[in-house]
Amino acid sequence: MLEGYNFAFLDEGAKRQVRRALLKAVAIPGYQVPFGSRELPIGRGWGTGGIQITLSLIGKDDVFKVIDQGSDDSVNAVSIRSFVSSCTGVEQTTDTSQATLIQSRHRIPEAPLRNDQILVLQVPLPEPLRMVEPREAVTKRMHAELDYAPMWLGLYEHIVRVGEVKIGADYPVQVENHYIMLPSPIPRFDNPKLHMNETLYLFGAGREKKIYAIPPYTQVASLAFEDHPFRIEDQADRACHLCGAQGVFLDELFAEDGQKIYQCNDSSYCLKRMNENGE
Amino acid sequence: MENKPALSLSNLSVRYGRGCTFCEASDNELQGNRCPHCGSIWAVRNVSLQVYPGEILGVVGESGSGKSTLVQALYMDVEPVSGDYRLNCYQDGAANVFKVSLPQRKMVRHLMLGMVYQNPHMGLRMGFSVGANVAEKLIAAGSRNVQEMTRRTAELLAHMEVPLDRVKEPPKHFSGGMQQRVQIAKAVANNPPMLFLDEITTGLDLSVQARVLDLVRRIQQELGITMLIVSHDLAVIRMLASRTLVMLGGRVIESGLTDQILEDPQHPFTQILVHSLLS
Repeated sequence: MLEGYNFAFLDEGAKRQVRRALLKAVAIPGYQVPFGSRELPIGRGWGTGGIQITLSLIGKDDVFKVIDQGSDDSVNAVSIRSFVSSCTGVEQTTDTSQATLIQSRHRIPEAPLRNDQILVLQVPLPEPLRMVEPREAVTKRMHAELDYAPMWLGLYEHIVRVGEVKIGADYPVQVENHYIMLPSPIPRFDNPKLHMNETLYLFGAGREKKIYAIPPYTQVASLAFEDHPFRIEDQADRACHLCGAQGVFLDELFAEDGQKIYQCNDSSYCLKRMNENGE
Repeated sequence: MENKPALSLSNLSVRYGRGCTFCEASDNELQGNRCPHCGSIWAVRNVSLQVYPGEILGVVGESGSGKSTLVQALYMDVEPVSGDYRLNCYQDGAANVFKVSLPQRKMVRHLMLGMVYQNPHMGLRMGFSVGANVAEKLIAAGSRNVQEMTRRTAELLAHMEVPLDRVKEPPKHFSGGMQQRVQIAKAVANNPPMLFLDEITTGLDLSVQARVLDLVRRIQQELGITMLIVSHDLAVIRMLASRTLVMLGGRVIESGLTDQILEDPQHPFTQILVHSLLS
């Protein structure tokens, strides 16, 4: 444990302030709530939004897991885990089903999440309308008035030009037929997991000072035109070369002989399957 | 049979600046349209007008006389200080459009009004394709079918004599006259009953001017759209408008049949305007 710091690093006032923003975010699904993003021993834009949500929610009984683009073992994941552990002393895990609080960068785990778990996602750019409108005051009003034509226009332009919406990650969704939001750069593959799920999803953007949420059992629809339905990445005929999993999000790798191989993006899911298969 | 106006506007005032008790009293004299006390500009002051179904009403005046602000207020680009604005197509003229909720105003704007700006940069998104620009109006009106929108877009652009093989190009690649025709296509995309044209031929050379004016006349005859056309060019007004208002310093100083105003101008300013045309 770090000496001389409050439990979970942030002072209690800062934590309460984040929790207030979280409550508002849960009450208005998809709405971006501004919050006072605090200084952390990490540069803004490196997951500080997610970390502040984590630090303000974590309790002594929590079991904590960090995912960095599907991996539990990347430098970012290990560093964040050891930071949280050093200032709280809570138990860590890499097993998704064991964790009560999961902080993730750009992935929703393959193993189905439960109602007693919370998934915190790190968000680099929370504002879906920023590409079409640089002024915050105007985008706020556009959200209020459901003035989303420019957003749809971007998708229309993709379809007219290349026959399909060419957004790989961070595919925009509309929450409860109102707010359009960015689900953080998760692959399209993960978008359906947001819809009517039993888990609480929290999104934190530290640099942009915004928090938003998708509470359990919320309707979340990926934007799509009537004659161009939303579709996920087509990986139907591929399987993980380690565990043989199909229907999960796979990374494309090149083997030493130059052949393409596919491997589970979610390392903890893959490891668990391999252990089960080995028995 | 009583002929109900398609658009009826009374006592419209638009102010740029904070205003003060002196200039808010409507009978006080201003310096031109500027308040000598607080420096606010009264771009439009107590303007009333009616436009009847199927007619073209012209608005002339020197630059700075409030013509453009007038149409921008009617298209709800600028917020008026006061005014009563009724459209026959919206609740049969029972509601003051300036007073209804913002989403309702957006709906009126997208479904019932069309606008062609003097500067194509204001009416078009220069980075998006021509097709998407026209489709924006359709999307705003609620269309979510790409095939249908593409078909309608192509139909409109063909009608406006924009070559169809350039639909995927952005309007910044186009000449001024062609950009204006794209704007007109966009403005009439939803078959609005009311169209505002703001100095649409300014800055175009004479042969291109003639073609754009031809187009305006043609769509007026074919679609029977009611139009309000703003110009400082009396030749344009003479060619298109059956009735004309003359504006000076934010007020209407003369109104009547276009022929009457051109043949027998009453106000000294109108006399100067008409003589400058004939000389």
